[in-house]
Amino acid sequence: MTTTPTKRLKMEGVRKRFGATHALRGVSFEVGPSEVHTLIGENGAGKSTLMKILSGVHKPDEGSILLDGSPFNPSNPHHARMCGIAMIYQELNLAPDLSVMENITLGDEPSALGWRRISEQKARATEALQQLEHEQLPLDIPVNRLSIAEQQVVEIARALIGKPKVLIMDEPTSSLTQVDVQNLFRVINLLKASGVSVVYISHFLEECQTISDRYTVLRDGESVGTGDMKKADIQDIIHQMVGREMKDIYPRKEHSVGKPALEVKGLRGRIKPRSASFRLRKGEIYGVAGLVGAGRTETLRACFGLDRVDSGRVLVMERESTHSTPTKRLAQGMGLLSENRKEEGLLLNRDLADNLTLTKFGSFSKFGFIPRKKQLEAAEHWIDKLKVKTRSAKQTIGELSGGNQQKIAIGRLLHHEADIFLLDEPTRGIDIGSKAQIYSLICELAKQGKAILFVSSYLPELLGICDTIGVMCRGEIKASRPASEWSEHELISVAVGQTSDTPESQAIDTTES
Amino acid sequence: MATDPHSKDSFNWKQFLNSFGPLLGLLLVIGLFSLSAELRPTFFTGGNAKLILTQTVIVATGALGMTLIIVSGGIDLSAGSLVALSSVVAATLLLQDWSPASALILTVLAGGCIGAINGTIIAGFRMVPFIVTLGMMGIARGTAKWLAGNKTVNPEENALNGIMEPIAPQNLWPLPMGVWITIALAIVMIFVMKYSVFGRYVFAIGSNEDTARLCGIRVRTNKIMIYTLAGLFFGLAGVMQYSRLTQGDPTVAIGLELEIIAAVVIGGASLSGGSGSITGTMLGALIMGVLKSGSSQMNWPTYMQEIIIGIVIILAVGLDKWRQGKQS
Repeated sequence: MTTTPTKRLKMEGVRKRFGATHALRGVSFEVGPSEVHTLIGENGAGKSTLMKILSGVHKPDEGSILLDGSPFNPSNPHHARMCGIAMIYQELNLAPDLSVMENITLGDEPSALGWRRISEQKARATEALQQLEHEQLPLDIPVNRLSIAEQQVVEIARALIGKPKVLIMDEPTSSLTQVDVQNLFRVINLLKASGVSVVYISHFLEECQTISDRYTVLRDGESVGTGDMKKADIQDIIHQMVGREMKDIYPRKEHSVGKPALEVKGLRGRIKPRSASFRLRKGEIYGVAGLVGAGRTETLRACFGLDRVDSGRVLVMERESTHSTPTKRLAQGMGLLSENRKEEGLLLNRDLADNLTLTKFGSFSKFGFIPRKKQLEAAEHWIDKLKVKTRSAKQTIGELSGGNQQKIAIGRLLHHEADIFLLDEPTRGIDIGSKAQIYSLICELAKQGKAILFVSSYLPELLGICDTIGVMCRGEIKASRPASEWSEHELISVAVGQTSDTPESQAIDTTES
Repeated sequence: MATDPHSKDSFNWKQFLNSFGPLLGLLLVIGLFSLSAELRPTFFTGGNAKLILTQTVIVATGALGMTLIIVSGGIDLSAGSLVALSSVVAATLLLQDWSPASALILTVLAGGCIGAINGTIIAGFRMVPFIVTLGMMGIARGTAKWLAGNKTVNPEENALNGIMEPIAPQNLWPLPMGVWITIALAIVMIFVMKYSVFGRYVFAIGSNEDTARLCGIRVRTNKIMIYTLAGLFFGLAGVMQYSRLTQGDPTVAIGLELEIIAAVVIGGASLSGGSGSITGTMLGALIMGVLKSGSSQMNWPTYMQEIIIGIVIILAVGLDKWRQGKQS
């Protein structure tokens, strides 16, 4: 490793303890100017603690941090920002009802005697957007009318107002589609060109390889490896991350398909889908690829009776059943896993037992009352089976890590004894160990003859575990073929709507309405 | 509902507070009044305990219904007006020679009807409970005045008058009928909230309505049931209000809804829904009852009572916030 004298950011032997837990047991890494540095590690490896130390939320117990060669000890997040550390969180932090301009300058409004100076505010916002080559974004519309990808650009623009030296991005691509990711990378390269260092955290290793210059792997609160990202071997990195051999996280397909379980013909919802058709059979894993805004989630919601069906037909187990409600669908043995674990999927302030058994309280109840003991027994069964890391079934689910929360959300469908699983982004934002477990669980279910609809924006996993993949674009399933007949490139081509288009030439997808 | 203290390995303040916060609050308030030497001989008598319980019963009965609503993430501002309306309805029925039993049942049902209307509008049109019940607050109050002809309604002596009547006011026993009714209903509601499917749905809806919908819970039906059930409790509180004054008064119980909400909140419920407990609420109502009784016996002016209760509400919620902060 060559060390140049002027490192932008240098951390050495940083340690942090919370009570009895060692969150960090010695982390060292360096980022140069204009460098994109990826931090890799499973959930719980210490990435977020590290970020919180850098952004001034926590103070390290030991170790040194140097910013441009001088000691950096931020006393609070504001101080860290003033020193040039900007942070883009996984969950965007925007005021949804305020305009693009107001969001970009939020907290730093140009003013005179307490009155906003709108012309200067506009100039600053425009400048920031120009720097990101997104000056086409309208300044005066509320950000909640923008797509997720556009909102992210707004957030980055806001960070730029403070003229950051280091920009930290936590899982920036987890809710983006392939095309949006390309666009984000263009933005990151622009930042890089202007001298900003980027610390990039992601679970998508292929992606990191495209964008990063160097990487550091964290495991159990320690930095265990660092190197040149472009030359690195992904299998090596995975090996360092998990500390064990991870030959193939996609299990073998040993299932055979049977009769149709869910057939959808020309399904049309209020806005989306426009005309979706597919056939999901028993024992089949049917993947749905597509851009954010293509109508995948809406299709699932309409199938499940959460959204209205305007026209088209839905057949469940070969029986006509177009208009429905979630209550009826659950009774038919259909279950939906929401892509929005925190906002829709779980009761975050209730315990694991309630969350696991919510759809099927009735099965234990006697005269409308639930015997708590039986409920806890059932919960413990699934906690054990899914290897959920928790103190007890009575623990509040909000305290668990993302991967463990997701296992509980899936566990609810298992407890419900569903036959048709509608899974919307089941592996989003969870660590690689949990992912592997979820893949093998899905395959296991297919082997038992369950039908699985698997929506994902991460193409390798679709290609890895699905039998059939359909690509959604503008509210329709454009093409559906056996997974073996697809390549990543073809999936993207169909998803963006035309085969000749390369991903780069496509602007971020602007969702209408 | 107090969460179970599951980690046995170490003593945990926040879990202790979770379970015993309102109880400690009550003991603290009683303890403070016992510091006064002149108060002690009169404050710690059976008669005084009976007086406090009798005075707390109306708020407590209303708070049983309000706990359901607040745990489900809603609010009901029409509770006070509804109590007044029910007291007028009960008195009017009695005046028209209905038997006390049927007057009681019809009044409670009338409360249930208004609750059902609230619930149907809130759930059916997805309107904000604050606004709907604010409207209903005016409607119920106006209807009460209209029904009573803008004056009090005074029926003859009857059995309903006895619900709140303190027999042998110097002694604790026998407690008035109304106190027993509230205690019995509270026990039933503790089981309903903790162990019934409906109770779990109330928590689920308050915790995250979208999740509840996703999990096949009939959110609309359950919400209508919640407001209807609460309306029944408000109606019963109205009968108790009538019994206490032995007349139907359309101008009574102004601002009672806020006292009821305060009892629920002091009891540890969160206004954003998903948490709260019947035991907490009952203790919350008692804390306010003891404070009121104590301060009036200390000869503090009413404005002092108001200030003290205001401070207690803010302290209770502040404590709750601190507790939750420790949790995450």
